[in-house]
Amino acid sequence: MFIEWLLNPLSYPFMQRGLAAVILVGVVCAVVGTYVVLRGMAFFGDALAHTILPGVAVGYLVGGGAREPLFWWALGTSVAASLGIGAITKHARIKEDTAIGIIFAGMFALGIAIISTVRSYAVDLSHFLFGDVLGVTGRSLGLMAVFGGLVLLAILAFYKEFMTISFDPSLAMTLRLPVGLLNNLLLALIAVTVAVAMQTVGVALMVAMLVTPAATASLLTRRLPYTMALAAVLAGLAGVVGLYVSYYAGITSGSAIVLTATLFFLLAFLFAPQRGLLWKK
Amino acid sequence: MIPHSHHRPDQPILDVHDLTVRYEGRRALDAVSFHLHAGERVAVVGPNGAGKSTLFKVVAGVLPPQQGDVRVSGSRPGEHVCIAFLPQRSQVDWNFPVSVADVVMMGRIAKLGWLGWPKKRDWELVHAALETVGMGSLSGRQIGQLSGGQQQRMFIARALAQEAELMLMDEPLTGLDTPSQEGLLVLLEDLRTRKVTVMVATHDLEQAAAHFDRILLLNHRLIAFGTAAEVLRPETLLEAYGGRLKVRDGQVDLVGLDDTCCEGDDHVH
Repeated sequence: MFIEWLLNPLSYPFMQRGLAAVILVGVVCAVVGTYVVLRGMAFFGDALAHTILPGVAVGYLVGGGAREPLFWWALGTSVAASLGIGAITKHARIKEDTAIGIIFAGMFALGIAIISTVRSYAVDLSHFLFGDVLGVTGRSLGLMAVFGGLVLLAILAFYKEFMTISFDPSLAMTLRLPVGLLNNLLLALIAVTVAVAMQTVGVALMVAMLVTPAATASLLTRRLPYTMALAAVLAGLAGVVGLYVSYYAGITSGSAIVLTATLFFLLAFLFAPQRGLLWKK
Repeated sequence: MIPHSHHRPDQPILDVHDLTVRYEGRRALDAVSFHLHAGERVAVVGPNGAGKSTLFKVVAGVLPPQQGDVRVSGSRPGEHVCIAFLPQRSQVDWNFPVSVADVVMMGRIAKLGWLGWPKKRDWELVHAALETVGMGSLSGRQIGQLSGGQQQRMFIARALAQEAELMLMDEPLTGLDTPSQEGLLVLLEDLRTRKVTVMVATHDLEQAAAHFDRILLLNHRLIAFGTAAEVLRPETLLEAYGGRLKVRDGQVDLVGLDDTCCEGDDHVH
């Protein structure tokens, strides 16, 4: 009975692709998101996701509604925006979060304005904002796997460098690491992750995939590799559970996934050994 | 990465010449010149905002000098990976998910090179460094579970794993209880046998006099540099501390200076 309940949705190819997509996106977002959480970059991640909307909208108009080229538009806009935000926050004479806020809202408004010129804009906009994981094509999935894999490879290859620039930038400088270059590389990796995740959860919920599983894992672990591994497992699990909930309860998949991840966080927040709210009493 | 070379034995371990640093028009350091011998331990003292942190940043090669020159064993600080710059405890994220051994291993990453992972010898060096500072049994602890004194010892172990020859410590004694301070000072004493040159910024003139070879008195300018007897004289101290100094019957009240200190405020913005 339960097996049937589990296997039933899998008879649809779109569900198979959707499950593969949510697991893939969950793992990549969680691993990169661990650095987003440790470095206090949640607002940057949220802003970055929203900032790609105009790029995606232009790609949507140019391609006459075709979905697959959108990945490239999202990727290009995202990398450009991340490095742009990085440069502006470094050189501008206003506070970093203010600068990010201005860029983020302005770009987001531009994106909505562009999409609103299309007649079916309500439906299309909601796909961009909240994702359309069941609409993922095989080719899109392939692209997501390639770029998601590259991100994970880079995080592994520069593991000790990223850990050091995040924990003690002064040490990284006295060890003569190229700190500026590594910071920009990390921003670019977050940007690629945003592009990979866009179709699954949409731009509005992206920040949840970046920070929620990583924050949950950080309450339950005390060493970086374990934090990343647990975050990846929790995010993949949230994706799968969320997708089943979405299938049976008829809820939008993006919100079901994010709500599941949020539930995991609340459980850890309350019951985490030694660090949970209820543990201390 | 960067070869651990450029060391000229005929040159002093640290040679600072006419160093000037300005922040937004204000002089943080003004024409400071001095040099250190290998293996000596120097206390850097002066009022808050005297430029102690700025001096350390320039010597570490983290901040470029605007005027003058800094040489470490004959070449610029940026060409060395043997300078350890220990962070102030208040500036560290103690919730960061790393163990004590992880932090100490960070000292070795310049030696590991790009794409290099720690080998058996690296872990041996890390554990030997932790044994040296008396923390061999705590290597697996998450750093937030350490006491203040242990946190400071961990960073000294990291400097040892880095094979540092010049160690810069910004206010390592601030906020520690007396036994921890004493333990740390004994440990610094032991480092002498390893020929590590140590510069420590401190507020405590008595400790500076008791535990260090020379004292560098700084207030933007270098006011005095020499043994405790040479430096801790009423006229030099008055020049550095001005009205904040209490002089009783020609005797300087050294303890009275302690209450000018607060953690981590030696930064010029």
